[in-house]
Amino acid sequence: MIRRLLTAILMLGACSMAAAQKGTPTDMVQVKGGTFVPLYGSDGAAVTVQSFRMDKYPVTNAEFEAFVAKNPKWKKTAVKKLFADANYLRHWTSESGIGANTDKLKNSPVTNVSWFAAKAYCECEGKRLPTVSEWEFAALASETKADASSDPKFYQRSLDWYSQPNPKYLPPVQQSFRNYYGLHGMIGLVWEWTSDFNSALIIGESRANASLDRQLFCGAGSNGASDVKNYVAFMRYAFRSSLKANYTVANLGFRCVQDQKVQTIAKK
Amino acid sequence: MKRSSTHKLVQLLAVGIYGLGILASCSSKATTNAEILKSIEEANPKEMAVIEAELTDAPLVPAPITRKTPAKVVVRLEVTEVVKKMADGVDYTFWTFGGSVPGKFIRIRENDEVEFHLMNHPDSKNPHNIDLHAVTGPGGGAASTFTAPGHETVFNFKALNPGLYVYHCATAPVGMHIANGMYGLILVEPKEGLPKVDKEYYVMQGDFYTKGAFGAPGLQPFDMEKALDENPSYVVFNGSVGSLTGDNALTAKVGETIRLFVGNGGPNLVSSFHVIGEIFDNVYTEGGTKIHNNVQTTLVPAGGSAITEFKADVPGNYVLVDHSIFRAFNKGALGMLKVEGGEDKKLYSGLIEDRIYQPEGSTVQEMPQSATPKAAIASNKDMRLELGKTLYAQNCQACHQAEGQGIKGAFPPLAKSDFLNADVNRAIGVVAHGLEGQIKVNGELYNSTMPKLKLTDEEIANVMTFVMNNWGNKGGEVNLEHVKKAKASYKH
Repeated sequence: MIRRLLTAILMLGACSMAAAQKGTPTDMVQVKGGTFVPLYGSDGAAVTVQSFRMDKYPVTNAEFEAFVAKNPKWKKTAVKKLFADANYLRHWTSESGIGANTDKLKNSPVTNVSWFAAKAYCECEGKRLPTVSEWEFAALASETKADASSDPKFYQRSLDWYSQPNPKYLPPVQQSFRNYYGLHGMIGLVWEWTSDFNSALIIGESRANASLDRQLFCGAGSNGASDVKNYVAFMRYAFRSSLKANYTVANLGFRCVQDQKVQTIAKK
Repeated sequence: MKRSSTHKLVQLLAVGIYGLGILASCSSKATTNAEILKSIEEANPKEMAVIEAELTDAPLVPAPITRKTPAKVVVRLEVTEVVKKMADGVDYTFWTFGGSVPGKFIRIRENDEVEFHLMNHPDSKNPHNIDLHAVTGPGGGAASTFTAPGHETVFNFKALNPGLYVYHCATAPVGMHIANGMYGLILVEPKEGLPKVDKEYYVMQGDFYTKGAFGAPGLQPFDMEKALDENPSYVVFNGSVGSLTGDNALTAKVGETIRLFVGNGGPNLVSSFHVIGEIFDNVYTEGGTKIHNNVQTTLVPAGGSAITEFKADVPGNYVLVDHSIFRAFNKGALGMLKVEGGEDKKLYSGLIEDRIYQPEGSTVQEMPQSATPKAAIASNKDMRLELGKTLYAQNCQACHQAEGQGIKGAFPPLAKSDFLNADVNRAIGVVAHGLEGQIKVNGELYNSTMPKLKLTDEEIANVMTFVMNNWGNKGGEVNLEHVKKAKASYKH
């Protein structure tokens, strides 16, 4: 048991040694901070998000393949069960790479990755996973507005996507919906991991935290939301709540973010 | 370990009892072996048989339970999100328990201990769970079965109360999960079982909310506004328009007793469940234990059920409806039970007097003397036949019946109809403009109103071609020109 724990600690720490990336990467965009009322979980209180930089695209299969090549412990055959369940990289046909469907999949978002794997990837890039608040803040944007929360059509589009079964092959990340910030595929491509994905259950007053079902099951769900009509938010928060950190899901990918501060320091 | 030692103990006891039995057989006063074994059985519930539950798709129901003792029943239910037919030409993404709507029928016995497995298919986009109303415990199992795509959850429960129960998904947003079809029925048979009947069927109503109106073609997305307004585009039995009509109709023979397990998934509407031309001999109101006799229409709440039983006395077609009647004829809540067997004209005449059904179709209707509809696109004869079949089912079948036989005294027959075959142009005029007053068809007098159907010329051509090429009529193709001419020459 202790040995296992040690392994865990070693594995998690492995990439934090990598130097944080300096300068402004071309594959990221800046999201200017601000205040917003999250769709769920803050009991209607506004939340402030600092400015941050976010990957333009979700991480692709090709990018993850390169990461696995450099970090063989994240290979499908080598990964520890503690860090990824049995479906980890299920859609890759080869042991260490995408395999047979490389042409169809290389530019599509990587899925079937656990939170641990996503976190490790971001750390190796000198980045981190976004918080739920950061992700939700960036996802408020339509093509033309940073905050489209009052536009029902914008939400209907999300709802339509959440209602459709997965396509056999996910489209390339570049082809997906591009929002105000220049972020692609925040809606309509894949679900995305966040660093505190299960926090909806531990935010808020203690009575509501006492049991899971009060928050996300049955009628109670709608009482707890800041906008009853916002089914989209329910779906995102409900999805996140169904996860554990070692779970992998066929339509769950991720992208990374960086603190704005890193850039400022780097410039100085 | 514990289990096997208990087992051993029981074996030892059994041997002991067997010995006692041999001794006791000499004494006339002794308790029988069977009685002793029974008491042992009751004292050792761990020795339950383990059974894999048989699950069925609607309208089928698993066979009645013949067991006299409770068992451990393993239920495995898989959640999938699938695109399926809502109506002819209309698709919808259904979220299902077991691949279709309603979900699989589960049949267990009072005091059974159920090991419930919920599997969420890896291709699902959403997490799901299940709230079984038959479960006594928090969330009816929902709290224990919150399942991410590609995962499986397991929980156990004991079926304490007999009855017919709804199960449904209870993941946020609950309304949307239910509106997409995530509901089904679980029957907990009472210890003594249900009385034997000849036929058992599973019928479950649900309301659906699509962007497009009823009949608008293509893959229709869910419309949240309509759902909040409780204004469904479709109200259907067993997940789609036509799931219980035509070739899919339920069947029975004269003299058979029929039991319908009726559920209502909602999410919004309460059903006034009625079988046209039948009276329920027994209704287990709300799926519980109390039986009401001689019921015409039984209320099935959203998230509730009823068991109805009746005997098929007279042959013919019996139409299952939600008697909030626009839902039946205009939104799809219509099913059919075909009863075959010897006729009893006296009883059948009683049904002729039933005037509940004003002629109705799914398109908007106007009485005679109103504006004429506009023309539409053309097609070939085979296409006409196919399109005409659907149009017939939607607009004509409620009165003229599935085989064009009509209802004697009320709705004239179209099958081998002298009135129809004598003058096709006149018939087209009737469809286009409606008809009021007395006519004679195959020797019978009919005096009522056929409303003008708001069909396009193209649609009239299609439905007329279908009628003319079926049920012994004289055949041929009715084309657009034909319709235009006939409409002009037969105005009322």
